[in-house]
Amino acid sequence: MAELQLKSVVKTYGNGFKAVHGIDLDVHEGEFMVLVGPSGCAKSTTLRMIAGLETITGGEVRIGNRVVNDLVPGKRGIAMVFQNYALYPHMKVRRNLGFGLQLRGTPKDQINAATNEVSGVLEIEELLDRLPKQLSGGQAQRVALGRALIKQPEVFLFDEPLSNLDAKLRASMRVRITDLHKRLREEGRPATVVYVTHDQVEAMTMGDRICVMKDGYIMQVADPETLYERPANAFVAGFIGMPEMNLFPAVLTRDGDLPQLTAGGQTIAIAEGLAHRIQTGNGPVTFGIRPQQLHVVAPGSEGAFTATISHVEFMGHEVNLHARLGDAQLVAVVPSDRFEKRFARGESVGLRPAGSHVHLFDADTGENVSLATAAH
Amino acid sequence: MANISEVNVRAAAIPPTEIEVKLRRQRRISSTLRYSLLTIVGLIMIYPLIWMIGASFKTNAEMFSSAGFWPKEPTLQGYIDGWKTSTPYTFGHFFLNSLWIVIPKVIGTAISCTLVAYGFARFEFPGKKILFATVIATLLLPNVVTRIPQYLLFRELGWLDSFLPLWVPSAFAGDAFFVFMVIQFLRAIPRDMEEAARVDGATTIQTLLYIVVPMLAPAIISVCLFQFMWTMNDFLGPLIYISSVEHYPVSLALKLSIDTTEAFNWNQILAMSVLTLTPSLIVFFMAQKYFIEGISSGGVKG
Repeated sequence: MAELQLKSVVKTYGNGFKAVHGIDLDVHEGEFMVLVGPSGCAKSTTLRMIAGLETITGGEVRIGNRVVNDLVPGKRGIAMVFQNYALYPHMKVRRNLGFGLQLRGTPKDQINAATNEVSGVLEIEELLDRLPKQLSGGQAQRVALGRALIKQPEVFLFDEPLSNLDAKLRASMRVRITDLHKRLREEGRPATVVYVTHDQVEAMTMGDRICVMKDGYIMQVADPETLYERPANAFVAGFIGMPEMNLFPAVLTRDGDLPQLTAGGQTIAIAEGLAHRIQTGNGPVTFGIRPQQLHVVAPGSEGAFTATISHVEFMGHEVNLHARLGDAQLVAVVPSDRFEKRFARGESVGLRPAGSHVHLFDADTGENVSLATAAH
Repeated sequence: MANISEVNVRAAAIPPTEIEVKLRRQRRISSTLRYSLLTIVGLIMIYPLIWMIGASFKTNAEMFSSAGFWPKEPTLQGYIDGWKTSTPYTFGHFFLNSLWIVIPKVIGTAISCTLVAYGFARFEFPGKKILFATVIATLLLPNVVTRIPQYLLFRELGWLDSFLPLWVPSAFAGDAFFVFMVIQFLRAIPRDMEEAARVDGATTIQTLLYIVVPMLAPAIISVCLFQFMWTMNDFLGPLIYISSVEHYPVSLALKLSIDTTEAFNWNQILAMSVLTLTPSLIVFFMAQKYFIEGISSGGVKG
């Protein structure tokens, strides 16, 4: 196992399109790093550059202490799991698993031993003599995982491996992969993993650290808690969390030390938990508050915006309350058991942001200007 | 369940209404008409072939006395005499010549077309677009146009009256149609398997051999079949390049029996024609499944 380093890695395509803009990323030995971002954010391109399936226009990729820029994929000490499994359709599962070892010239008995061990770990022993077309999606993905595992690579690369599975299977595969990662760590052979996904649930539940990307830039690299609690910018804030964080333009003013925010023609004071964090002067900002931290109070209450309910979604254990504040659309999540009164569309409601969870972002750069210490 | 079966029983017991009866009758009439028409047209198209097979068992005298295909006095004389031919060689010799042309040509085509198609479909290299356009241009060019320059070229090389002019162009992917067909097929195959093989440590050639060729099998089989049938039936190629009777393939040998005899022994010609058709037919029916898979998935994406 080895660490993986990306230093100012650039990807420019033949047509001049710059997909990756000099990114730096350190993945520690044995770490589970998730690359997440919307479509077209170059997360897969980055992964494919690490794998060697895509040429690197500039910068350096290091695996262990080797620069691998000019090595073919097979010599980089990596294994990859693809979104659509990419099993060799004409080979039985057994041969699919052993193919990499066979190419390396590993003796047959060793290949057999390794195949048996891996298929035991992944519970695919009974599938060994089947062809890929005789496997279900989940089984095929387990075989693909086995094909990576058997090579004992220095770095595992996953390219949206669960996207083609149904929701239920996805959840169980998620657990299986993280369990496997933990198990390898406990057995003293920790696996360095780079896992690409567009699904933030996968990112949050699986990653030791998460790298959020957008348009070929890294927006933030942090552990899931930090990413959720202290997003470095408005993009990360909006991308991580369900439902999305409420982000709307506001104007920051101060009454003495007390920060006041004006939005939709209403001004509220945020009494607690914000003043000491703000690192910007008065003026326009982007106001951010998670729906879970926007509390429903009586209209006109102190420290609360008064908004008009536009839509109510009953989710079972909670209720999503959509409301309009001027031009902005806000969402508040209210636990169902506290939702005594049935709100009707068009009714006024007070929405009080919990001061310690308010984020303010620079109106131009999107930078979080309400973190006590400098952002990552 | 009880309710459902009850309903069914009742439904069956109710006599069909007048409209239902009418519709059923209309459907029966229209399908009878449809199938009769199809059968008649089909028979008209296949009749010459049936007639040829029947006539190959007739005596020469009976040949043109009736249009029916069933011989009145079936005889194998046509086959026996035809096989001997009017040359020092038996027809078997010409069959071997044909196979000696066809088999290397088919193998050469399969290998070269796969290599060239793999290159065009999977790699980026300078001048790729122009080269590909050239390949397609040769596909559009009528064969006749290149006959004379090719003939002169092969004459300069001293290859006339040998099989080389027939083998060599195909061994260098000279049949643009096949290259195009394999490229189309390859384009429909996702690259992930090849990428997985590269990550597994396969070189380009290993990827081609272990991963691409097995996946391309239906297309390659189609290419082989087409090439087999076309070469077997090719008349012009051997006619131009092969001059000694010793090297004649069956297509020329058939013509030979018409040329050399003044009163044509039609039953011999037809008997040998039937034999000439057989290899293509056998090969086609053996590989039919792959053949259809190959041509149908070649054009359709996904």
